[in-house]
Amino acid sequence: MSARILVVAEHDGTRLNPSTAKCVSCAGTLAGAEIVVAVCAADAAAVAAQAAQLAGVSRVLTVENPANRHALAAVLAPQVVALAAPFSHVLGPSTTFGKDLMARVAGLLDAPQVSDIMAIESAQRFRRPIYAGNAILTVELAGGGKVVGTVRAASFEAAATGGSAPIEKVALHLELPTHTRFVSVSAAKTDRPDLQTARRVISGGRALGSADGFKILYSLADKIGAAVGASRAAVDAGYAPNEMQVGQTGKIIAPELYVAVGISGAIQHLTGIKDARTIVAINKDGEAPIFEVADFGLVGDLFQIIPEIEKLVG
Amino acid sequence: MKRILVGIKRVVDYNVRIRVKPDGSGVAIDGVKMSINPFDEIALEEALRIRERGGADEVLAASVGPADCQQQLRTALAMGADRALHVQADGVLEPLVVARALLKLVEREQPLLVILGKQAIDDDNGQTGQLLAALWNRPQATYASKLELADGSARVTREVDAGLETLEVDLPAVVTTDLRLNEPRYVKLPDIMKAKKKPLDTLGLEALGVSPRQQLRLVRFEPPPQRQKGIRVKDAAELVAALKKKGLL
Ligand SMILES: Cc1cc2nc3c(=O)[nH]c(=O)nc-3n(C[C@H](O)[C@H](O)[C@H](O)COP(=O)(O)OP(=O)(O)OC[C@H]3O[C@@H](n4cnc5c(N)ncnc54)[C@H](O)[C@@H]3O)c2cc1C
Repeated sequence: MSARILVVAEHDGTRLNPSTAKCVSCAGTLAGAEIVVAVCAADAAAVAAQAAQLAGVSRVLTVENPANRHALAAVLAPQVVALAAPFSHVLGPSTTFGKDLMARVAGLLDAPQVSDIMAIESAQRFRRPIYAGNAILTVELAGGGKVVGTVRAASFEAAATGGSAPIEKVALHLELPTHTRFVSVSAAKTDRPDLQTARRVISGGRALGSADGFKILYSLADKIGAAVGASRAAVDAGYAPNEMQVGQTGKIIAPELYVAVGISGAIQHLTGIKDARTIVAINKDGEAPIFEVADFGLVGDLFQIIPEIEKLVG
Repeated sequence: MKRILVGIKRVVDYNVRIRVKPDGSGVAIDGVKMSINPFDEIALEEALRIRERGGADEVLAASVGPADCQQQLRTALAMGADRALHVQADGVLEPLVVARALLKLVEREQPLLVILGKQAIDDDNGQTGQLLAALWNRPQATYASKLELADGSARVTREVDAGLETLEVDLPAVVTTDLRLNEPRYVKLPDIMKAKKKPLDTLGLEALGVSPRQQLRLVRFEPPPQRQKGIRVKDAAELVAALKKKGLL
């Protein structure tokens, strides 16, 4: 029996999140798999149209309900479960959206979940990082049942576009819980590229010293079209907002260029940047562990070096 | 009795650099320092603060795992938990089994709130809280960086990819902690002595009616691929030139 994979789309009501294209490409590594994308939304048309273009997708299912205006795991999970019946695999992205939702889906399905899938070796075999990426574990499904998974986006290229899968509306008659209510979301507005998909990222650590100190990074980032990230120490100290945290418990990213500025290189940080194509480290301590993973290392004072770089690229 | 149940997992301390065994059968953890999972410590701290503010009467720490877990439960008692429950279980424990065991405890203890870590730093699964909430059919608020209890509900600020999201959930509910929820207190020596007198009960997993079913076989452990060692550049000009040459700038 060939695999039938349901991919749960992440979106904000109008735009499909790029993590979904990565889930589709992960699913596509399983030869012969049928890939179906589920869009649960208040109004699904725009997002479904984007999902339908992803190469490899054979159908898009839409479930429309005003209760889906905000992505609440407790509300979405029963809908995903209702759609999941004919599928062997149910996948979502390893983003805060997907991690929150998919495990709830697994609980309702009484199915095992494989978190942070970095490779699919067969319909039953998956590879995933453990211990902050210090070990890679291969797991195999023991029974023949359904499996739920979250996909580590940094391990996959986005699926190409150009497809035109049919879109089917599904009417579900479910009583959805009202015990969980959305209140608000505060997201800093920025014109910089999105941290999770940016080709270039500059991150700052504790050494930046203040929110003001980060300004030299923003300035350089804007010159070269980079996103800005931060270490946990910098976020904890209030120099940068939480959505900028890179690492085991922040964002796992795979840019072409990653520049770590005044970051020591703790394992919890490194796990977030393992898949970066080129890593640059700027640190005044030549012994800092960040240099062990850096392709280019520069020992010196960041407050002097960053403005110099900015002048040179300007 | 307003009770908060906190999950405590025994894990390799976050400062330890683990090694994969040469035969690929696992991770070498003999003799390494073990600790409470950092996110669970935060969960416990939050529960203690709620109790200290008068929002709860009792904080119950629970751990599912081998006999050694009792060390971490003793630490939890020393931090200030009132009681501890140890569900004795050996071998590989999948999140679904742990969630089922916690559900049994929830049914017995009827907590107002369950606080768990958002993930354990060994398996990095990040599933147990959501699984428990699903099995219990109650709300979940994951990745909490702020938690405010009201009568019958809680307001939780969550660290999400976009920024900060606030939810309101009816109680009882499951909350999982993120790093910035609080900074756990240090345990003082007299508290360790006092903790020895606090109740720590042991229950068997199967006696609770939970089967230790393993649905994912652990096939092979491998070290991650190593990155090639790079080069040192002497100044900003050399760095910019090197990056331009690679087409990165
Ligand atoms: C459970 C858990 C999860 C974690 N998750 C994450 C995570 O997701 N992401 C994360 O980043 N961390 C995480 N951490 C924290 C991690 O262990 C480190 O504490 C953190 O990454 C350190 O941040 P830092 O490198 O900015 O600070 P530090 O380690 O203090 O490093 C600062 C560096 O700046 C250099 N420096 C100082 N001044 C200058 C200057 N003028 N010019 C140049 N260099 C300078 C210093 O030499 C030093 O190397 C986690 C920890 C735990 C326990």
